[in-house]
Amino acid sequence: MGVGPHASKKMIDTVVIPLLKIAIVLNATLVGVTYMVLLERKVIAWAQSRLGPMRVGPWGILQPVADAVKLMLKEDITPTRADKWVFTAAPIISMVPALIVYAVIPFGGDAPGEVAHIFGRDVPLYITRINVGLLYIVSVASVGVYGIILAGYSSNSKYPLLASLRASAQLISYEVAVTLTLVSVILVAGSLDMVSIVERQRDRHIWFFFLQPLAFVIVLIGGLAETNRAPFDLPEAEQELTGGFHTEYSGMRFALFFLAEYANMIVVSSVVTTLFFGGWLPPLPTWLPFLAYVPGWIWFFLKSFVFLYIFIWIRATLPRYRYDQLMRLGWKVLIPLAIANLVVTGIVKVMLL
Amino acid sequence: MQQVSTVRHGAMFDTDELVLNMGPQHPSTHGVLRVVLRLDGEKVVDADVVIGYLHRGIEKLSENRNWTQIILLTDRMDYVAAATSNVGYCETVEKLMSIEVPRRARYVRTILCELQRIASHCLWLGTHAMDIGAMTVFLYAFRERELILDLFEEFCGARLTYNSMRIGGLPLDIPPGWAQKVLEFCKIMTSKIDEYETLLTHNRIWLERTKGVGVIPAAEAVALGLCGPALRGSGVPRDVRKDEPYAAYDEMDFDIPIGTAGDTYDRYLVRIEEFRQSLRIIRQATEGLPEGPIVGKVPRLIKPAAGETYHAIESPKGELGYFIVSDGKSTNPYRFRVRPPSFCNLQALPRLVRGHLVADVVALIGSIDIVLGEVDR
Repeated sequence: MGVGPHASKKMIDTVVIPLLKIAIVLNATLVGVTYMVLLERKVIAWAQSRLGPMRVGPWGILQPVADAVKLMLKEDITPTRADKWVFTAAPIISMVPALIVYAVIPFGGDAPGEVAHIFGRDVPLYITRINVGLLYIVSVASVGVYGIILAGYSSNSKYPLLASLRASAQLISYEVAVTLTLVSVILVAGSLDMVSIVERQRDRHIWFFFLQPLAFVIVLIGGLAETNRAPFDLPEAEQELTGGFHTEYSGMRFALFFLAEYANMIVVSSVVTTLFFGGWLPPLPTWLPFLAYVPGWIWFFLKSFVFLYIFIWIRATLPRYRYDQLMRLGWKVLIPLAIANLVVTGIVKVMLL
Repeated sequence: MQQVSTVRHGAMFDTDELVLNMGPQHPSTHGVLRVVLRLDGEKVVDADVVIGYLHRGIEKLSENRNWTQIILLTDRMDYVAAATSNVGYCETVEKLMSIEVPRRARYVRTILCELQRIASHCLWLGTHAMDIGAMTVFLYAFRERELILDLFEEFCGARLTYNSMRIGGLPLDIPPGWAQKVLEFCKIMTSKIDEYETLLTHNRIWLERTKGVGVIPAAEAVALGLCGPALRGSGVPRDVRKDEPYAAYDEMDFDIPIGTAGDTYDRYLVRIEEFRQSLRIIRQATEGLPEGPIVGKVPRLIKPAAGETYHAIESPKGELGYFIVSDGKSTNPYRFRVRPPSFCNLQALPRLVRGHLVADVVALIGSIDIVLGEVDR
């Protein structure tokens, strides 16, 4: 049972490198999420002709640190009549799916130019590549809704209860539309594997946005609704439900909900980037070949950033939908459109390919 | 019909109504309003408005203050439109004592009232849009309100509670260059109203949220005693400025915007148009500002002869009336009574919200534009 050079090599391959990747992605996500909050505050402030946070650090860039310290030091109150275990579990149930989704998101590919070099090995820039990547994302992300439902239920308070009822109805109906739409993308790509989907876009020299523009719009709207972002932020509508499902939460548990929301936003924009905008691929490779010198993960982040910016922009601009209107939009507009898109995609695929 | 309602209320499932207490600490009740909602799911079955959390007894207090000191109390009623309350009170006392107010003072009062109307409508627009979820309009509207507050600060030194009137005229003349600044503000404001409209008037979500919400037909609006933009939104062209002109409104040329449907959207359009009409009045009054004294002939000791009077003005929220009784013996009013527009409009709330959803309740509270300081006094 000696630890020979072969065993240690295997050790690096199976344990060290994956752990390293997980650590990097997890930390990058958490830092990214906190800075996402700052970005949102800044962008909304600019939209509203304000400055936004300016006091902590130059131009407020240390604001996330101050926020984190504040939230961690705050008293963490559990209401006396709350269901204590569920009340504690809810934010965790919300946060964990939002983070583990990143396991299958490819920041780079397998091709020689796209991998990183660690310990003399070629390491692709994704944590894992599974052949049901997209299915994994959809199913794991839908677990997050339990966090919201349980938070509303366990708070034993009326406003959170109303909010969590809204949330469950909203998330379930929009998930139908989004998942149906993703099926048509899968038809085009011919794979559920996130890396393959991007590779298919590279091989066919076209981003799937141009093949599936309607699908992109539905996924973007559905993504807004699934992450509880404006104009679909009914479950946390401050003006109506005084904060919604997290009314009774404070301190770090509140922060978990908050972080989960932003983590989900990043997930949605990453998925949209991967499915419709060629993931880590540089734009216009034929006409602008020099863009290929920029590393793939930078392209990935730039593209995701555009969608994150759009999310914030929408929040700054639009009023909020009402509950019944939201359901009407979901069931009477998006789901029929998604089905129609799926049918047309299927027919075209069978007839032409 | 009876049977339908039993089925809806859960003959099949044993459903209960949920009693939801909205306020007095709630972000969208515009102060300390409390609404007890009875909900069937998210649908409002009934609403009960509870007021009085901001009651300071201004009417009773006034009976122990002399006539000049009361001006300061009127500031604290509609605190987002203090100058209007000042004007209303001073005019009532002037009417009681038959004091002639110089033309220049009446013109300045008109300018202040209309500036105040714009400031109050800015606050209304911002909070109303915020209640419906459009957060940017709030900051935009407050940005322009700030300009008006600056003008008021230059005129009387205060930014919220102005105490800017005296019985018989003004406490002081307008500062040099002030009229020019008012005209400049009018120029800025004109383009800003278009900006608000770009964000809201044709916005699909805004239309869906406001059209057909809280419809109140003209006859019912009159029966409920609605006033101001809430009444005009239903198509009743009632405006004290036109019907019983005060200050210098009889010399001004302006229109009264009215709605047709009587829903939240029409009330919104009416107020937006009032921005424009107010600017029109301010321009006319500022450009035609006559020279002359600013205070009429007022006795040193204000002690009206025994008698009573009622006088109403058009505050930004509706008909603001004062009923004053003097016993002719003391320097205090014998009875001081206010007819606050917010209070009268608020009583329409249960009627408006019935059958709508929780989200509409906040939209409707915003739509009738209340200030709790005035409701409770």
